[in-house]
Amino acid sequence: MSDHPTTYVPQSALAKWFESRLPVMGLLHSSFVAFPVPRNLNYFWTFGAVLFFMLISQIVTGIVLAMHYTPHADYAFQSVEHIMRDVNYGWLLRYLHANGASMFFVAVYIHIFRGLYYGSYKAPREVLWILGVIILLLMMATAFMGYVLPWGQMSFWGATVITNLFSAIPVVGEGIVHFLWGGFSVGNPTLNRFFSLHYLLPFMILGVAMLHVWALHVPGNNNPTGVPIKSGKDAVPFHPYMTVKDAFSLVLFLILFSWFVFYMPNYLGHADNYIPANPSVTPAHIVPEWYFLPFYAILRAIPDKLGGVIAMFASIAILAFLPWLDTSKVRSAAYRPLYRIFSWVFVLCAIGLGYLGAMPAEGGYVIASRLLTAYYFAHFLIIIPLLGLFETPKPLPNSIVESVLGKAGSGSGLPTGAAAEPQTKG
Amino acid sequence: MNKINLIAGALGLALAFAGTAHAAGEGVNPPRQNWSFAGPFGSFDRAQLQRGFKIYRESCSSCHSLNKVYFRNLSQPGGPEFSPGQVQALAAEYKIKDGPNESGEMFERSGRPSDRLPSPFPNEQAAAAANGGKAPPDLSIMAKARTFTRGFPWFITDVFTQYTENGPDYVRAVITGYEDPPAGFTVPDGGNYNKYYPGHVIAMPKPISDGQIEYPKTPDGRPQVPETAEQYARDVTAFLMWTAEPHLEQRKRMGFAVMVFLAVFGGLLYFTKKKIWARVGGDPVAMHHPHQSH
Amino acid sequence: MAQTTSAAEPTRRDFLYIATGAVGAVGVAGVAWPFISSLAPDAQTVAAGAPVELDLTPIAEGQIVKLFWRGNLIFVRHRTAEEIQAARSAPLTALRDPQPDEARTKEGKAQWLVVYGNCTHLGCVPLGQQGEYKGWFCPCHGSIFDTSGRVRGGPAPINLPVPPYTFTSDTAIRIGAEA
Repeated sequence: MSDHPTTYVPQSALAKWFESRLPVMGLLHSSFVAFPVPRNLNYFWTFGAVLFFMLISQIVTGIVLAMHYTPHADYAFQSVEHIMRDVNYGWLLRYLHANGASMFFVAVYIHIFRGLYYGSYKAPREVLWILGVIILLLMMATAFMGYVLPWGQMSFWGATVITNLFSAIPVVGEGIVHFLWGGFSVGNPTLNRFFSLHYLLPFMILGVAMLHVWALHVPGNNNPTGVPIKSGKDAVPFHPYMTVKDAFSLVLFLILFSWFVFYMPNYLGHADNYIPANPSVTPAHIVPEWYFLPFYAILRAIPDKLGGVIAMFASIAILAFLPWLDTSKVRSAAYRPLYRIFSWVFVLCAIGLGYLGAMPAEGGYVIASRLLTAYYFAHFLIIIPLLGLFETPKPLPNSIVESVLGKAGSGSGLPTGAAAEPQTKG
Repeated sequence: MNKINLIAGALGLALAFAGTAHAAGEGVNPPRQNWSFAGPFGSFDRAQLQRGFKIYRESCSSCHSLNKVYFRNLSQPGGPEFSPGQVQALAAEYKIKDGPNESGEMFERSGRPSDRLPSPFPNEQAAAAANGGKAPPDLSIMAKARTFTRGFPWFITDVFTQYTENGPDYVRAVITGYEDPPAGFTVPDGGNYNKYYPGHVIAMPKPISDGQIEYPKTPDGRPQVPETAEQYARDVTAFLMWTAEPHLEQRKRMGFAVMVFLAVFGGLLYFTKKKIWARVGGDPVAMHHPHQSH
Repeated sequence: MAQTTSAAEPTRRDFLYIATGAVGAVGVAGVAWPFISSLAPDAQTVAAGAPVELDLTPIAEGQIVKLFWRGNLIFVRHRTAEEIQAARSAPLTALRDPQPDEARTKEGKAQWLVVYGNCTHLGCVPLGQQGEYKGWFCPCHGSIFDTSGRVRGGPAPINLPVPPYTFTSDTAIRIGAEA
């Protein structure tokens, strides 16, 4: 996944024979061993690795859970309890999978913020960024359908509310919803197809994630200065520098993950989902999982059904247009004093929307969600385009190494694409 | 322009939080209890679970099923830990419907440890018909299926204090929350006033009173613990927490081992990383940001 | 070198390409259709939509009963005189989805209101006898319905629809079939 010619040298005769027929080792070597990364990446840049780990973790726990789960409206709830009670370590697998979804979103939101803050979406990384938006959408679809599978009250009513969003489409809406349900209401056919898709989508995420890494390896990593790699001194090889840093960051992340899995496994879920689905009773508050709350708040902020649905989808789709909405010549918020402030205000706005999404849709909450929804869109459509025109950025460093070591700049960097161990370079 | 936007955004946020801060306290929140199973090293009190089972059996089970629980669970590690012999004898006291046999008939046999605890009603409709139109819910997962909102800022501090006993606190409070309605509050027919139930009108009548159930005695002839409704409620709630989360003890024990492992592994990785990055003059993370200089 | 045709003029060769492409597209669509169609409600689900009968005698005045038809929740409400009065006196101009109460009930049977029981916003079950108009109130997003099941507030776009039904006698209805 790198354009740089590989520096992999097969050692054994067998490796040479194989490499001449399928040069996969060379590809992996140039992508994940010798690949040059800016030496100034901070811990925000370790979340790509964390996300890759979470994707694999979700796939592995999910495959095992699917061996014990029954996707039928009459048995799904029972089979989940069977996993929790009778299957060896079933409780662990299920809690890993359920909390893993939350942790996946924790990591992805940090990863997205990193991209927003350091301008990683700007040219030449637009395609990389858009692939990321597609992954986010696929993740949301997967997480939503996964939450339906235990067939508790929140599963059922969450599915009802979200699938009904499509009935807002004029003329064909009703028909589309019947096709989604496979019936005239959410029922067993719906559960069945959601299970099938919930199994399929993670592999699509894996595929798009590979394209995402490929698109990353064409221009290489952005970095906190936003200044591209200019000489070998600016870079270090991916292995061992980033591998060890990613591993350390991942362990810290796993401590957070374990905190929830082992000590508060139901904190991020809803008590109502331990009540079997009942089509004639709606829970008092239908609330989606926390990672959907900001978007749910936007949906509810618009008093018109179709308008709310459009606003909700637009709030994600707008990310894809960001590379062209941002008019700034400078990438990184580190050199953009105003954008730096606005990007943190945007975070507060998203958190505020999340809080409002969990509150009942009445009175002051509605007014507050409208204000924050307006701000959310204004951030992308007004603030970001205007900032680039009016903001005076700070002077950029001439190179990454200069930003790291000051003007003297005599670090022991490495030639771009260097494959060998750094110490052999003296 | 930018400043105005910033101010508008900040105002919006301030409004949002001000508006939500005082809207949380509609119902009466259950008083917090001290549970033996709370916290990172929590475990069940076996004697309490055994007493709780006695209460379920002698009081709750006439209306409520416990159909996710098998007799064998009562002797498994981490639960009430009755002996396998006790469980065998207990199961044998029940008649279980089985079949069909070779001649196609359903028949009754005595229970085995691999049977579920029998339900008081043959189906949900029968349960509803016998109870004024609303079937009494199954209690197996009740301690996880009920909760109450903690509100801001407690929902944040709870993550650090590991407060996850909302369910048991609520269940105990409802069992003991029966009192006379306040003046001006009319309780509809078939309802009962309960301080902690959302809306305060609950179909279940007061389930248990002082002295209703006999507890095991200590050698000097006094009950182990007081035979009060308060104590009954605590014991049966602890039992229901176990039926809802039968592997709680194993989970918390494993959690501690995992945390220790991750701390050690993380420490080693930290020093390994430092050593590797020392080759290029150290990890530059701390130095790169220009705004850290002013 | 003389060219026999100009580029602007379609030739027999172009036609061949277009025809081949079109037939190929028809093939793709033909193969895709069974897959898409399989997602639609199946024959058993459609068959389960046969009309259901309901005896109205046990329903007391002021009571709402719930039943299912085609997997959809239906409310049958025995309205009181005040509720009928409230529904009939509402000015049509005040309604988001203007519809007189008379058009939502059967002639001479004003006390019986039969409507779908899922909110027209996002499908939750509204709570009876609640909200500003004592019709229904949806707990999910705050839609308010009057005693005729018409939307009077909140995000719901249209009234609770009236399912097809007919009176088979004075005290019994059949839901799912028009007279």
